[in-house]
Amino acid sequence: MDVSMTVNGSSRTDSVEPRLLLVHYLREVAGLTGTNIGCDTSSCGACTVLVDGESVKSCTMLAAQADGAEVTTIEGLADGESMHPMQEAFREHHGLQCGYCTPGMVMAAVSLLKEIPNPTEAQVREGLEGNLCRCTGYHNIVQAVLAAAKAPAGAGS
Amino acid sequence: MTAVDAHPAAGGVVGSRLLRREDPALLTGEARYVADLQVPGTLHAAFVRSTAAHARVTKVDLSAAAAMPGVVATFTGADLKDEWAPLPCAWPVTADMKSPAHLPLAVGKVNYVGDAVAVVLATSEYAARDAADAAVVDYEPLPAVVDIEDAATDRVVIHEDLGTNVSYTWELDPDRAAVDAAFAGAAHTVSGRYVQQRLIPAAMEPRGVLVVPQPFGGDYTVYSATQVPHILKVMLALTAGIDETRLRVIAPAVGGGFGSKLNVYAEEVAALVLARKLRAPVRWVEERSEGAQSTIQGRGQVQHIELAADADGRIKAVRVRIVADMGAYLQLVTPGIPLLGAFLYSGVYDVPAYSFSCTAVFTNKTPTDAYRGAGRPEATYAIERAMDALAAEVGVDPTEIRRRNFIPPEAFPYSSVAGLVYDSGNFLGALDKCTAMAGYDQLRAEQARRREAGERVQIGIGVSSYFEMCGLAPSRVLASLNYSAGGWESATVRVLPTGKVQVVTGTAPHGQGHETSWAMIVADRLGISPDDVDVLHSDTAIAPHGMDTYGSRSLAVGGTAVYLATEKVLDKARSIAAHQLEVAEEDLDYAAGAFSVRGTPEKALPLAGIAFEAFTAHNLPDGLEPNLEASTHWDPPNFTFPFGTHIAVVEVDTETGAVRLTRYVAVDDCGNQVNPLIVEGQVHGGIVQGVAQALWEDAVYDSDGNLLSASFMDYLVPSAAEVPSFETGSTVTPSPTNPMGVKGVGEAGTIGSAPAVVNAVVDALSGFGITDITMPASPERVWRAIRAAQEARS
Repeated sequence: MDVSMTVNGSSRTDSVEPRLLLVHYLREVAGLTGTNIGCDTSSCGACTVLVDGESVKSCTMLAAQADGAEVTTIEGLADGESMHPMQEAFREHHGLQCGYCTPGMVMAAVSLLKEIPNPTEAQVREGLEGNLCRCTGYHNIVQAVLAAAKAPAGAGS
Repeated sequence: MTAVDAHPAAGGVVGSRLLRREDPALLTGEARYVADLQVPGTLHAAFVRSTAAHARVTKVDLSAAAAMPGVVATFTGADLKDEWAPLPCAWPVTADMKSPAHLPLAVGKVNYVGDAVAVVLATSEYAARDAADAAVVDYEPLPAVVDIEDAATDRVVIHEDLGTNVSYTWELDPDRAAVDAAFAGAAHTVSGRYVQQRLIPAAMEPRGVLVVPQPFGGDYTVYSATQVPHILKVMLALTAGIDETRLRVIAPAVGGGFGSKLNVYAEEVAALVLARKLRAPVRWVEERSEGAQSTIQGRGQVQHIELAADADGRIKAVRVRIVADMGAYLQLVTPGIPLLGAFLYSGVYDVPAYSFSCTAVFTNKTPTDAYRGAGRPEATYAIERAMDALAAEVGVDPTEIRRRNFIPPEAFPYSSVAGLVYDSGNFLGALDKCTAMAGYDQLRAEQARRREAGERVQIGIGVSSYFEMCGLAPSRVLASLNYSAGGWESATVRVLPTGKVQVVTGTAPHGQGHETSWAMIVADRLGISPDDVDVLHSDTAIAPHGMDTYGSRSLAVGGTAVYLATEKVLDKARSIAAHQLEVAEEDLDYAAGAFSVRGTPEKALPLAGIAFEAFTAHNLPDGLEPNLEASTHWDPPNFTFPFGTHIAVVEVDTETGAVRLTRYVAVDDCGNQVNPLIVEGQVHGGIVQGVAQALWEDAVYDSDGNLLSASFMDYLVPSAAEVPSFETGSTVTPSPTNPMGVKGVGEAGTIGSAPAVVNAVVDALSGFGITDITMPASPERVWRAIRAAQEARS
């Protein structure tokens, strides 16, 4: 079947198997391997992307269900040569180690700040509950998100 | 105490919180993990895995699988048995250790759920998995051996050719009579039986391998999500019968390991052998639920520990007996894991008599092997739980029993009763700092208030004073433990003609930030910017020598090699500078990236200029080789021994059994810190893995050997919502083992944290007369313990 969507600002149409998951579509058809796969039960959030501005675990959705949607992956977050404020905040606060959960975590964090622009620490922790990290113990991720919320550039945008 | 200064940094780079150079590629999705690599013509492998824990395989029918769309080839274990040797175990801990042949694909019999019996290759991952599901395997079930202590009885023997489930018994018993005498004369004795549940390492990146052959050229490039590209290359050569010179192993971006990628796995060997056989690239990427069974698990011990103490609670002897679960087969270092803890059950205490023994058994479960801390968290848990028991027995505070028994700072280097020489330590300093940061006395007061008031939510305060041996390892010590390899590390530092510096390291980072830290070490010594230092690693064609990354070894061993190679480069540069400036080497000063003549600072040569001179080789001292480059292979004289004290505060709802970690205060001492930002990150992550063992994670098997917690739905890796922010601090007691005075820190947090949390939970429940809770301290376990205590009292 044919699916059409806008990925990181570029529209594309591809012929795919109906059962193809959005994450596999993004990685294998669109060639955007920044979105990682960390589990098979929609538990870990490594594959989180934005679909029409909302964070979605792209393993929970078929490519066909994203037909007509606007999808943003980690590759679409930076503005030219400048990283997004959330990416900068993760670097500044050492919010990543191996980096595997990071694209999904960053996308979830961007979405979180869109919903709650000035979250408390507890709100950040609850807001990121669907994204697992095995390296950082979350401490610095939480610091990064709280700092991004205070950044002037608006990390939720 | 030591010849090494605290904070030796001369160049101002070491010791700074430099942001990581690794991050931009990881933050933007540019980084390439194995699963991201695409090579035209790749065949995708899917493995058919046993659904039985222990069974004879009477039929493997792959005809339906072979007929599926996109399938290129199918193989059973019998089809491939002549293509490979059994998977390697590199640590035969005793001369008579029993080790079953472990083929990448089982033939005739399976020994755990997940044991691979066949493999399917297809043109897409979806097609391969569909076809694997279509394989028909008939099993004739045998009784499964699941319980560790039951395994030791040999009621059912798993590997008939071995005749027993006991792989080995290993003892460390320097003076049994002294131990017996200490117990006979003890004023106080305590004993504990602790269970180290199995844990699933759960690195966020599942394992994966891609082998790209050049059939006519005869070379193979192996991309693997591994911590050990160098060890893997040697072992693949031996196991698949391919010349080592024909193999190149690359670990691209690797998404965490925690020991689980310190191995040589069936799928890696199979991908190589199948690429050779089919003359095509072969790729396999693990699914998470598959990995729960096919990737090694950690821990898995039953521990019996006894302490003998005098009337004041001063320990006179420690006696330990453990049974360790090997699982169905011995993986790369499976049998050695308990030995990494064997020397440490006396903890940070001055113990005069010591006895340890380990019985290692096979079970019908996934093999165990190294998982963050590997033997040392187990040892630390046992002694730190037992110390709390001793405090209760003697009637003193847990901090007081520790103070009375600490090895004093002036006793270092300290020869332990178990035969180690501890490099340096100030255990009391870390405890004092940690209790001050925690507000220990106020916490005790609040605890007393709640207990007095009979509040539903009680608090518990748990203390753990840990240390560990890491920086694996002096090769001669490894030899004494029968390990089949050395513990050195290599480094090359070269100053390029343009003045930029290239560092080649044998370590294999997978999240630790070696590129940043190694650049800092070199920049600090050379007086240049870290931005001018590039770090190459994890590709055996670029970094041919290495012993890789595990056991908190990378900085203490690999970083030291980088430091020493830099010194050699400076020595050579000094020779060239002296020659060209026509002065004696002793008359040269080196600062800010340039040599200058003492007393005549305008006579100077910058390092970049010397590098260019070394490159052109027009005017070098007689006999000096061109180019400014040096290599080292450094074998450490000892382990390093990081230490610290952690304090956990929990709230326990006495009606529901729910435990909430409310505060966590950690003071760690890893000697001099190259980059405190990275050190803190390692501590944070380590703490959560230990907390997770204490409260949530458990690889649960049913009595038939089925893994019930095989996905993230059931295996409770904590999220941000379950843990608090941490209060961390450090003390600095440099190690005299290496010139930078550094110690490893990658495992310290995990080693210290599980006993702190369980001590806190038990402390919260002590008012009920509860003295122990088995990990993980789930709400159900806590609730049942409270109920049982209440019923026993009524």
